Amino acid sequence: MRGLLASSFIALSVAAGSALAADTIKIAYIDPLSGGGASVGEVGLKHFQWLADQINASGGLIGKKLEILGLDNKTNPQESLVQAQKAIDQGAHFLTQGNGSSVAAALTEFAVKNNDRNPDKQVLYLNYAAVDPVLTNDKCNYWHFRWDANSDIKMQALTNYMKDRPNIKKVYLINQDYSFGESVRTTARKMLKEKRPDVQIVGDEKHPLLKITDFAPYVAKIKASGADTVITGNWGQDIALLLKAAADAGLQVDWYTYYAGGAGGPTAIKQSNIPDRVFAIVEGVPNDEPSDAQKLEEEYRSKFGGELRVGVWYPRVVNEVRMLAQAIKDANSDDAKAVAAKLEGMKFKTFMGGEGYMRKDDHQFFQDMYIANFGPMPAGAKFDEEKTGWGWKTQGIVKAKDTELPTTCKMDRPS
Amino acid sequence: MLEIIVFSTLNGVLYGMVLFMLASGLTLIFSMMGVLNFAHASFYMLGAYFGFEIARRIGFWPAFFVAPILAGVVGALVERFGLRRVHKFGHVPELLFTFGLAFVIEEVVQMIWGKLPVDYRVPPSLDFTAFRLFDTTYPAYKMFMLLVAIGMFVALLLVLNKTRVGLIIQASLTHPNTVAMLGHDVPTIFMAVFGAGSALAGLAGVIAGPAFVTQPGMAAALGPILFVVIVVGGLGSLGGAFAASLLIGLVQTFAVAINGSLADIFGASAADWFGDLGTVTVAQIAPIIPYFLLVLVLIIKPTGLFGTRET
Amino acid sequence: MSALGKIAPWIILAILLAVAPFLFTSGTSRTMLSIMALSIIFALSYNMLLGQTGLLSFGHAVYYGLGGFVAIHAMNTIIRNKYAIPLPVIPLIGGAAGLFFGIVFGSVSTRRAGTVFSMISLGLGELVASSALILRTFFGGEEGITTNRSRLAPFLGYKFGPQIEVYYLIACWCFICILLMYAITRTPFGRMCNAVRENPERAEFVGYSARMVRFIAFSLSGLFAGIAGGLAALNFEIMNTQSIGAAQSGLVLLMTFVGGAATFIGPIIGAILITFLQITLSDITGAWLLYFGLLFIIVVMYSPGGIVGWLALHEPIYRVGQLGRLVPAYAINAIPLIVMIIGGILLIELAEWALVKAESDGPETSIFRIPMSTNSVLPWIAGVVLFFGGALALRRTWPLVQDAWGAALARLREQPA
Repeated sequence: MRGLLASSFIALSVAAGSALAADTIKIAYIDPLSGGGASVGEVGLKHFQWLADQINASGGLIGKKLEILGLDNKTNPQESLVQAQKAIDQGAHFLTQGNGSSVAAALTEFAVKNNDRNPDKQVLYLNYAAVDPVLTNDKCNYWHFRWDANSDIKMQALTNYMKDRPNIKKVYLINQDYSFGESVRTTARKMLKEKRPDVQIVGDEKHPLLKITDFAPYVAKIKASGADTVITGNWGQDIALLLKAAADAGLQVDWYTYYAGGAGGPTAIKQSNIPDRVFAIVEGVPNDEPSDAQKLEEEYRSKFGGELRVGVWYPRVVNEVRMLAQAIKDANSDDAKAVAAKLEGMKFKTFMGGEGYMRKDDHQFFQDMYIANFGPMPAGAKFDEEKTGWGWKTQGIVKAKDTELPTTCKMDRPS
Repeated sequence: MLEIIVFSTLNGVLYGMVLFMLASGLTLIFSMMGVLNFAHASFYMLGAYFGFEIARRIGFWPAFFVAPILAGVVGALVERFGLRRVHKFGHVPELLFTFGLAFVIEEVVQMIWGKLPVDYRVPPSLDFTAFRLFDTTYPAYKMFMLLVAIGMFVALLLVLNKTRVGLIIQASLTHPNTVAMLGHDVPTIFMAVFGAGSALAGLAGVIAGPAFVTQPGMAAALGPILFVVIVVGGLGSLGGAFAASLLIGLVQTFAVAINGSLADIFGASAADWFGDLGTVTVAQIAPIIPYFLLVLVLIIKPTGLFGTRET
Repeated sequence: MSALGKIAPWIILAILLAVAPFLFTSGTSRTMLSIMALSIIFALSYNMLLGQTGLLSFGHAVYYGLGGFVAIHAMNTIIRNKYAIPLPVIPLIGGAAGLFFGIVFGSVSTRRAGTVFSMISLGLGELVASSALILRTFFGGEEGITTNRSRLAPFLGYKFGPQIEVYYLIACWCFICILLMYAITRTPFGRMCNAVRENPERAEFVGYSARMVRFIAFSLSGLFAGIAGGLAALNFEIMNTQSIGAAQSGLVLLMTFVGGAATFIGPIIGAILITFLQITLSDITGAWLLYFGLLFIIVVMYSPGGIVGWLALHEPIYRVGQLGRLVPAYAINAIPLIVMIIGGILLIELAEWALVKAESDGPETSIFRIPMSTNSVLPWIAGVVLFFGGALALRRTWPLVQDAWGAALARLREQPA
């Protein structure tokens, strides 16, 4: 009897909730919108909504408007599968996600199985930030497209920049102990050995993910090793605390990072007062954007940046949405298979003005990569970060072609 | 090598003292009321955030005095209007109430201050290096934290052993009914102790906030370790909490410095025998060593190192 | 009770399980029903510890997660070597793993009861969850382990690709497990568990070792948690370290407690309700975690027996036909209560919007489908008035309920036993 009550409760709500698919093209954004990852997840969602507004303002796509569905996955892979199901129920053909390779692994497999079992409800999975290389290598598939240079490609670009820097003699590696950190350190070792065999790797540290509150002991070890350069893939609080601890101990090294520009990073760097020593490998530097992009950057910061005037974190999301729009127009349809056929192999002018291309073999997008460092900005520069007064400055550009890496991908193509 | 030992000891003792500031309040509350307060680390977080807000608007030193009091007031209110109601249902509902409370406090903090870390800074008056040893500097702020923690321990000992109030509290620890019969208002004493314990946690938060990151996840990060400290030290023993805090602080800090693994002892074939366990270094497992300790102590001596009570 | 009376609830349960996916046909609903069914098994296994034996565990997800991981590795091994083991057997493998780890960890956990047990369970839970990221081959690191359930040998012609087929598989297991766990409560062993919960010392006088009773209960609870984990493995086709962690342990505690730990059906209701809320609430509001926490606290403070516990209080009253006395009192009290809840929700939603979203999305929002602005004072005043007004009114009308209960209880006592 009580079960019946509960069941009828469910019935009413779910029946009421199942939306009739209005005539829009839907992109389902599946990322954390509550809990720990929400601060990053919400920024991504704003990017998509902003871009959709722009496209709709100029007439939409093939006569329909673009709609963004924000679905909260709480950074949980199993929850993401439920949200993906919800997206499909609401008529979405495009799923996009970026926070967490764990979720990405679940979604990419889901896309394959779903498209196989339900050929009338096929979807594409557009990956904007999950950088585990395996997604475009062993676990690649036809339905997955990635717009962020994967962590191996980033290391390729980084080491190509580092090989011409004679002052780098002793390198210390410190990374988070999980698959991403693992791939950063193994790829760093391999590539440094190939390109600069004279460089000594004086330390290789793995620490638990997001659990350390005091990096002082690690900094002590870096000091003791005599390193002049540190390479780290740390993100979130792990990079902020690491830099803080280094500043406390007066450690003077160069930092080559992936994610020092993430939320809280610029503030930590400014607080630690280490100008021009923290480098990051990024696909866009705000102050070096072409003028049309800078106008959009300014618009984004005023409208969505909030108190800290957070900028366009993801130029790659801009690339993704624009390329998707182009593919839909070229295919004159929003059917997943048709759009995928147009997306792969597409050449496109990126947000930074460079020439990028979506490689057909593995659906990985290649673009110019920038090595930038963080410090006081030259006169006339418009964009600082997190109201610190400091900004990113390009120190080197690695052209798209020079970031290419071979792939082991052998994807099954639909007939 | 010596450098690492010296700095690891300093950092370990410091971390241990912060743990003790939290553990002391929790021990008091537990000893008095039998309530294992899951939300204790949340008051630590509240102290940090209150400190941040006050420091932002007025200054660090006002924050240093006012924020713990605020945290204590919140604690007292929680006891009066929440815990007291649940008291009659038994210990399990009390535990669950504090469990839900920890949740709610974290959510409210996230709503008000956002999900990202806040910029709670070391005050300029303390922002210099204390000393320089072997080419590494040690910040003065950390020395300040150490001083406050030691001062707090001394003050606590004095209050408990030398004042009238302390005497009553000690009596309530073991014989609450007798104390009530003597005419003391035991519920008010409970409320005061809960408030005082929360204030101590708040004090820990105010001073630890600038050194460690002030963010909504800070309570959940420290919470489980806190329980390890309490249990390993012995439920209800203040001296035990002190010893256990230092022990765990030092062990965790030193473990990070050690890069040895089973592979170093048994050679490269360790990977074949032990799988992943063979190549894992001590440094990698440093943050989970306290849990090993917890399980070990509970199996061998459930009353903890210095405790006399199990519940 | 007549024979039909005894069997009737089971028949109703079977019918409900069979018919549910045809009442709710969207893909999401069927996924949600599948998750509900396996959560029911998980919550019931937890209640074997909490409700029946009085053991509060903070690390129960360990057995669920380990069962799931072993099951998913088994599936991959079967696929790789093309063994003739069909999918429906997989949960049994998960159960065996759950039983194994329940025995291993139980041997150290169950030496003591009470707070010490809870602390050990917390420590073990954290230990296993942290080790999961280090032991990468078994746990798959961050990405976890994936599989494909339709690549096992077909069972009666079914490959279990579509969600509806998986639902029926899970529903069958759910029915079997509910039956088994209910049967256990009716055995002498089940009764001894209750005795150990109430008074361990006295229970020992009867001749049973309290420790052994707890140990067996713990192991069996691990068995069923492992089955639930195995079902999760084949439902999601991915197992991840989050299934082992503190959040998952907290979730099952929430389900069991809110449903009602004191009755057998309580966890079932709790699992259904919390799963539903978890999946749909986050679409409606960003403050869903806050609501969960508040729900938990309210249940702890006002009805520690959970929802079903509260309903069960009325059973003796119903039996003497005095329910009619209570209904009007409840109806009158329902009004200020609902007003208070609406006011509370309004305030929380306004605060959530004003603090979290207004900066970038502007002050305009709509709550309960009524557009309003967080900048204007009116909605805030409305919220405050509704909440405090409702609370004050509730204070006034509550004595009606107390009187009605008093009269009903008096009537109850008058009845011959």
